[in-house]
Amino acid sequence: MRALAWHGTHDVRVDTVPDPEIINPRDAILKITSTAICGSDLHLYDGVIPGVQPGDVLGHEFMGEVVETGSDSTLEKGQRVVVPFTISCGGCFHCKIQQYSACENSNPAEKQDMSASLYGHPMAALFGYSHLTGGYSGGQAEYVRVPFSDVGPIVIPDHLEDEKVLFLSDILPTGWMGAENAEIQPDDTVAVWGCGPVGLFAIQSAIVMGASKVIAIDHYPNRLNLAKQLGAETIDFRKTDVREALMEMSGGIGVDAVIDAVGMEAHGFAVDNMLDIAKQKIGMGADRASVLKQAILAVRPGGRVSIPGVYGGMTDKFPLGALMEKGLQVRSGQTHVQRYTKDLLEKIEDGTLDTTFLISHRLPLEDAARGYKCFHDEQDSWTKVVLKPDMSAGEKAT
Amino acid sequence: MEKRQEIGIAGTVAGLALVAGGAAFGAMLSRRHKGGSDDAPLFTRRKPGTDNPILGRTVTIRKGRSELYEFWRDFENLPRFMENVDEIRKDGDARIWVIKAPAGQTVEVRTEVVSDVENQTIAWRSVEGSDIETNGEVTFADAPGDRGTRVSLVMFYDPPAGSLGRVIAKAFQREPEVQARHDLKRFKMLMETGEIATSAHRKDNTRKAKQQENEQ
Repeated sequence: MRALAWHGTHDVRVDTVPDPEIINPRDAILKITSTAICGSDLHLYDGVIPGVQPGDVLGHEFMGEVVETGSDSTLEKGQRVVVPFTISCGGCFHCKIQQYSACENSNPAEKQDMSASLYGHPMAALFGYSHLTGGYSGGQAEYVRVPFSDVGPIVIPDHLEDEKVLFLSDILPTGWMGAENAEIQPDDTVAVWGCGPVGLFAIQSAIVMGASKVIAIDHYPNRLNLAKQLGAETIDFRKTDVREALMEMSGGIGVDAVIDAVGMEAHGFAVDNMLDIAKQKIGMGADRASVLKQAILAVRPGGRVSIPGVYGGMTDKFPLGALMEKGLQVRSGQTHVQRYTKDLLEKIEDGTLDTTFLISHRLPLEDAARGYKCFHDEQDSWTKVVLKPDMSAGEKAT
Repeated sequence: MEKRQEIGIAGTVAGLALVAGGAAFGAMLSRRHKGGSDDAPLFTRRKPGTDNPILGRTVTIRKGRSELYEFWRDFENLPRFMENVDEIRKDGDARIWVIKAPAGQTVEVRTEVVSDVENQTIAWRSVEGSDIETNGEVTFADAPGDRGTRVSLVMFYDPPAGSLGRVIAKAFQREPEVQARHDLKRFKMLMETGEIATSAHRKDNTRKAKQQENEQ
């Protein structure tokens, strides 16, 4: 089959690799119909996530048609399903309390030590996201093996086209959980850093949850415009002092909740961010946390800090004093996707949530490398890329 | 209840020490009795400079005590999750553990069960004529609420001296602590999910398949 494989920093290629097979009883094999490039794939593309090996098939946001099932899979051939990017067994303590992204059994035993030594506990497995998270092949491919297929995948009714539901696999529940972790109350003013796909969905979710004002922060005009269309007010951080603006726009109180939808590769002119960029480039494992630092200073005393943005390593100059003295609550984590898929599917069906507005490009899988490059280099216009294995390379990409 | 459990493990370890009589063991015991002892299991003590022949690990498995005990008591099941154990077969009252060694060879360890308390503990040790001197014990204790069962594995091993001993030591468990940790996690996977997680893409990419390939 054809699949997008990582070969090194800024080097991904569509290669011919063997088709996947059923290995365990609960497995299923999908023929991919649509798969997206996620903002967090860019951290792999930039080489700042450890444990990726040349030849690893990427892609954790995908859906497809069931073509083969193991003896204990509950799926049936021909069903169309969306697959959560977090792989969860459904039987462990964490799955039972719906902390699916902390599943204890999905990361193979021999791969758990890597993340356990970094974080104190092993990470659960994710599709196509380094050997820290299990080394599973991803879905930017013609076919994918889905373990625990009786737990994760959600069956999609025929009348919903792929683009309406594809993002149930990651960015939609991630944006939703980002807003939920901010504990949005009806009179809240909420600030969201980053108007990439997750930031946009966090904005949409916060508005659906009843926030009275949502303020979106970015520097790309087109992305700020998309946020505005959702009903947010906007700040261009290249032009405006963000903290001062947020104080004024929240009536001098400070925003009630902040959402960092940027993560470890934040832009920012602060000296320590420049140092962190240098450290990150030479592999010192430093995360660029300028957004998180700014958000902690901007949130009101007693406010809530939500971090859906991806961090991997360490940061220094962390505003610990502000965190403690202001009495802030911090919530974070990889998304517990399976907790949200059913409810969010209903909200898509009844029109409460729209997922299609941010798709800017649809490409054949063969053009995936170009998709990565443009999504990385031209973030203002390439807001979200969907790859279609069925689309022929000659077909006009939109 | 919990306290009794931990004393149980410490007691077993002390028992193993008597059997083994190793110097490192004595040092650890004296450290334990020197005061400053706490409720932590002995195998979590900061290790002295020399190799520590005891290893131990606890996992919580979301299944009842009796189910886990029954599965383990049927020793023939253990190779399903113990990666370097090819086979455990009955031979009269004893059991022969067939353990992988380098270059496709195997080491045979003859063991007998020395303690078997239903739904609580199973302990075994090697008997004369084995290539390796070893003891092991697994204990099962209720976890709070519906979290299942806390399963603790404590093992001691002492390969024979000399170059043969080194080869066997390497063979027995290249990295015993790592191996035991992985084995217990695979036990948990098998019990909680019915299968053992692998990120292999194809059947011939699984660890098991690759190992068999290496042995040929």
